Amino acid sequence: MTELLQQLINGLALGAIYALIALGYTMVYGVLRFINFAHSDVFMVGAFSGYFLARWLPSGPGAGVLVLIGAMLVCALLGVLIERLAYRPLRGRSTLTVLITAIGVSLLLQNLGQRLFGANPRSFPTLFPVHQFHIGGLVVSSAQIMVFVVAIVLLVLLRYIVLHTRTGTAMRALSFNPTAASLVGVNNDRVISFTFALGSALAAAGGILYASNYPSIDPLMGTLPGMKAFVAAVLGGIGNIAGAAVGGLVLGLVETTVVALGGSTYRDAVAFAVLILILLLRPEGLLGRRIAEKV
Amino acid sequence: MKQIRNSLLAVALTGAMLAAGCAKSGGGADASTIKVGEFSSLTGKEATFGTSTHEGVMMAIEEINAAGGVLGKQIELITEDNRSTVGESATIAKKLINSEKVVALLGEVASSRSLEVAPIAQAAHIPQISPSSTNPDVTKTGDYIFRVCFIDPFQGTLLATFARNTLGAKKVAIFSDVATAYSVGLSKYFKEAWLAGGGEVVSEVKYTGGDKDFKAQLTAIKNAKADAIMVPGYYTEVGLIVAQARALGITVPMFGGDGWEAPELIQIAGAAALENTYYSTHFSPQSTDPNAQKFVAAYKAKYGGKVPDAMAALGYDAAMVLADSIKRAGTTDEPALRDAIAATKDYQGATGNTTLDANRDASKPAVIITVKDGEFQYVETIAP
Repeated sequence: MTELLQQLINGLALGAIYALIALGYTMVYGVLRFINFAHSDVFMVGAFSGYFLARWLPSGPGAGVLVLIGAMLVCALLGVLIERLAYRPLRGRSTLTVLITAIGVSLLLQNLGQRLFGANPRSFPTLFPVHQFHIGGLVVSSAQIMVFVVAIVLLVLLRYIVLHTRTGTAMRALSFNPTAASLVGVNNDRVISFTFALGSALAAAGGILYASNYPSIDPLMGTLPGMKAFVAAVLGGIGNIAGAAVGGLVLGLVETTVVALGGSTYRDAVAFAVLILILLLRPEGLLGRRIAEKV
Repeated sequence: MKQIRNSLLAVALTGAMLAAGCAKSGGGADASTIKVGEFSSLTGKEATFGTSTHEGVMMAIEEINAAGGVLGKQIELITEDNRSTVGESATIAKKLINSEKVVALLGEVASSRSLEVAPIAQAAHIPQISPSSTNPDVTKTGDYIFRVCFIDPFQGTLLATFARNTLGAKKVAIFSDVATAYSVGLSKYFKEAWLAGGGEVVSEVKYTGGDKDFKAQLTAIKNAKADAIMVPGYYTEVGLIVAQARALGITVPMFGGDGWEAPELIQIAGAAALENTYYSTHFSPQSTDPNAQKFVAAYKAKYGGKVPDAMAALGYDAAMVLADSIKRAGTTDEPALRDAIAATKDYQGATGNTTLDANRDASKPAVIITVKDGEFQYVETIAP
């Protein structure tokens, strides 16, 4: 019983990290109907910004929070820059063109990272004091709890921004119909820039928390968690913010179950099999709405 | 007219062939240097291994050249980085053999990558000396493939002896990496020796190199109530595994093989988590052997006080064995060089006495290292 509960904790903690990364994917998709494959590499840049910021800033209480905010700002800028240079010139082109450009940006960031930071794994500093809580035979670390708390806070914040602010209303209007949105006075360029800034800041938060849990970072670290988060976003219903959280948790639990049952070598295979199954059986995702494709 | 053009063409072609012929002899037997190729993981996941090995190899080559080289020529080392990735080493080996015309290849640390190159070296009849690949299959590829370190059946057996006698364990868990030949092999030989000695394996779980989260497997191990956990992996994952195991409240000893040996292990896992962990390796800088001490002193002087690890010592010995063999062969031609390497006997190097057996493997003692207050510390030497 203890083992079962402990595995449940493990699964939820892993799922919370996937959910955190998936939030960024799903938000950009929700507004622009386009999957930003460079998201997983912005996630990597977030972790590296945290690594370097932590070396400059004096350590002490609050330093961890400063590093987190600093990395989110760096990545927000990077996100806006990527959108300006790579995606804006392609506005109005087919989705496939933009998608392939996103893969190009992803490869550029990975290789630039290897050039600038070197390909060697680095050990990530401890930003937040880690404490293990023992409840009965169960162990929960403060780092795991923090991922959970941050994921929930960001989820609520994101929902608030999208549903209850003027910018959020503009984002939804843009998502619904860009031409009509600009006719009623929405500045499309500014809203899209804001969307990318927000999505990239989320990636940075994910990167910092991921690196705090698994303190070994390298320029290719984003690839696998990025793909898992993508699966989580599709699983929950891409474009749906709550769906990303649900998808992440489900994926984390599925993976942990597979490993706990002794199939550790199949964990990635099962994660991607889930993607194939969901696309076959319920392409709109768990929480997504079925939209009739207009022909 | 056409005839004249044809004959002109023929003359031109003959000239070109002659020139090519000259260039070939210029780069081949009559060259002023002897070219040796090295493929190594200088960057990427196992960068520490590649860098240490390369430093050892470079030091050996510089010492040889400073003493006048071999056969009256200097040795020229051509090093290429495979970025710790799959597939790159084979490309590099082909390039080194075909374009650079190296007389021998040095590499690699990881058995998987040595195994990639071995068939190419064997087919080209270019001797390959692996400094520290311990999987037995590496040298089974053919009679041109050698190594200067012990092999995993020995390492597995000694780890079983160590777990039984020194740790006093009766029930162990094995947590191995399915993605590397090294980890699969080492866990298999350990298990055979452990079961033969009457031990019990209570849990056997696996991971894939590159994984970051091991809590699910470790929870299963914790529940199996093992006395000790064997983790035959490489330091990048081992560091995370040890840290996550301790965080889950697993306090039993953890141990593994030479894949643990890297300063990064301490950075990733943290000094506290590594208390009560052990690994076997080829060399300890705390060894009292005079050759080892000479090597440690020279290495520290050359690399700004850096203490050499086993990979550096084996890289040094691999290059030295090659140079010694070229001297004894009196030529770099095949198969004379191959035969000379195979005949290596009682070579005294940084890692002790190297004699190559009929399987082209070295039989050597191993040392057990532990981590105490964030420092690697020598525990004992176990002879073959």
